[in-house]
Amino acid sequence: MRWRREPSVIPGFGITFGFTTFFLCALVLLPLSALVAKGAGMDWQRFVAVVTDPRAVASYKLSFGASLVAASINIVFGFIVAWTLVRYRFPGRRFIDAIIDMPFALPTAVSGLALSAVFAANGWLGQYLEPYGIKVVYAPLGITIALTLIGMPFVVRTVQPALEELPRDVEEAAATLGASPAYTFLRVILPAVLPAMLTGFTLAFARAVGEYGSITFIAGNIPMQTEITPLLIIIRLDEYDYAAAAAIGCVMLAISFAMLLAINLLQLWGRRRISASARR
Amino acid sequence: MGATPHQRVGTPLTRVLLIGISLAFLGALLFAPLAMVFATAFGAGWQAWFSGLADSDTAAAIRLTLTATAIVVPLNTLFGVCAAWCIAKFEFRGKSVLLTLIDLPLAVSPVVSGLIYVLLFGAQGWFGAWLQEHEISIIFAVPGIVLATMFVTFPYVARELIPLMQQLGNDEEEAAITLGAGGWFTFFHVTLPRIRWGLLYGVILCNARAMGEFGAVSVVSGNIRGMTTTMPLHIENLYQDYNIAGAFAVASLLSLLAVVTLIIKTLLEWRTGIRHR
Repeated sequence: MRWRREPSVIPGFGITFGFTTFFLCALVLLPLSALVAKGAGMDWQRFVAVVTDPRAVASYKLSFGASLVAASINIVFGFIVAWTLVRYRFPGRRFIDAIIDMPFALPTAVSGLALSAVFAANGWLGQYLEPYGIKVVYAPLGITIALTLIGMPFVVRTVQPALEELPRDVEEAAATLGASPAYTFLRVILPAVLPAMLTGFTLAFARAVGEYGSITFIAGNIPMQTEITPLLIIIRLDEYDYAAAAAIGCVMLAISFAMLLAINLLQLWGRRRISASARR
Repeated sequence: MGATPHQRVGTPLTRVLLIGISLAFLGALLFAPLAMVFATAFGAGWQAWFSGLADSDTAAAIRLTLTATAIVVPLNTLFGVCAAWCIAKFEFRGKSVLLTLIDLPLAVSPVVSGLIYVLLFGAQGWFGAWLQEHEISIIFAVPGIVLATMFVTFPYVARELIPLMQQLGNDEEEAAITLGAGGWFTFFHVTLPRIRWGLLYGVILCNARAMGEFGAVSVVSGNIRGMTTTMPLHIENLYQDYNIAGAFAVASLLSLLAVVTLIIKTLLEWRTGIRHR
């Protein structure tokens, strides 16, 4: 079978294609198939029992619930931040713009440690919440805050370019024609950036569901209460129950694939809309 | 409403309000934690900071992190350049499959990334028995840490270079080859000068993630103090020992890494006009 379709004078196809494929097979495909094989090799009833164990179900609820809330917070505040950065000029704007990517560069262990100190009952921000009985550290709220932090740049960085592309005169035209700001936002701005917002939401959600590092510090890891799914995999591994760990790992892998598919479909939708509006 | 050309939607009040909300949100989420790390780490003075780091386990953790990164980053750079050359310079069937596979580690949970290597090389894994026979340890040892770190970081360089090289096109390389230049010569003298900033961009992001990876490494490392504990894992150990000063001292080193990464990244963006994600 010939892989190469178009002839080219540029050399190096064989060696780069071979090396890339080999690296991907050895490092990605082989290990991932070990996981799927381990999961598939289990007795079906045992697989179902492990995956639907009350402790596992409680961990899915927490992982999904907290990730969903965090991504929702990000879609609102991420939009506001992106809007502020694109449309307003104020001192320190470039600095703020640069620091948005901090969660990409900051190790998750550091952000978890720092957040747990900031939101501790005697911490900088925790002291103002504590009198109202709001507990952040060792509670689902803390998990949500940590997941909001790591997901934030995904939303800002996908919404930002979409807002930059949105011509300013469209809003001006709407305002000149007498549309209220709320109407302009709902009918003009929101539809244009919706694909980007949903893509950012899904990216943030996908990242949050799998997150582990920052959560270990702030969650307290109480079974049935603040135990996220990735932690449950680690607990099963510590018990040398590799099969159970693999089963839960398969569930998480399936979720990852579903997210990847959703992201690709959303981006396709966004591109279609842009090319459709360009034709008009 | 006046008809000024720069009329904007919303009043000055909304503008102030939205900037205020943005700053408050980022302040609580980004600035407060970062300031907390440095305030706690350096709060008791430089000497306390140094003594927080002066511990043989801490030194071992720093060494291990640097060693693992020194192996992972060059290999992933090599992979990234190869993958980008193959994907950007040629048209072939199965290209989109290759692209999806390159992106895959970004979608997988770090814990699952560690787990897959345990299932492959662990005592009960596919190659477990064979490795034990030959007395090679991968899991709960440095090779496992390197492999897991490699998995989570290998898309970084490739993802940066592929769009860049696709955008630059093949014309200059084709001209060089047609004029009789060799493949390596063309790469080093024609391609590399044009992609160097993008390459550097990918490398520093890969480096930051490699040094900071927690989930995947914690699964494969076994956390043997002084032996298989990387800096992020060591923070957790110190924290669990209630050695808060030590934990924040190590955390401040990693935060410094993040700050430097961000500065280089921003400078590269200003210089080249590229924008990540």
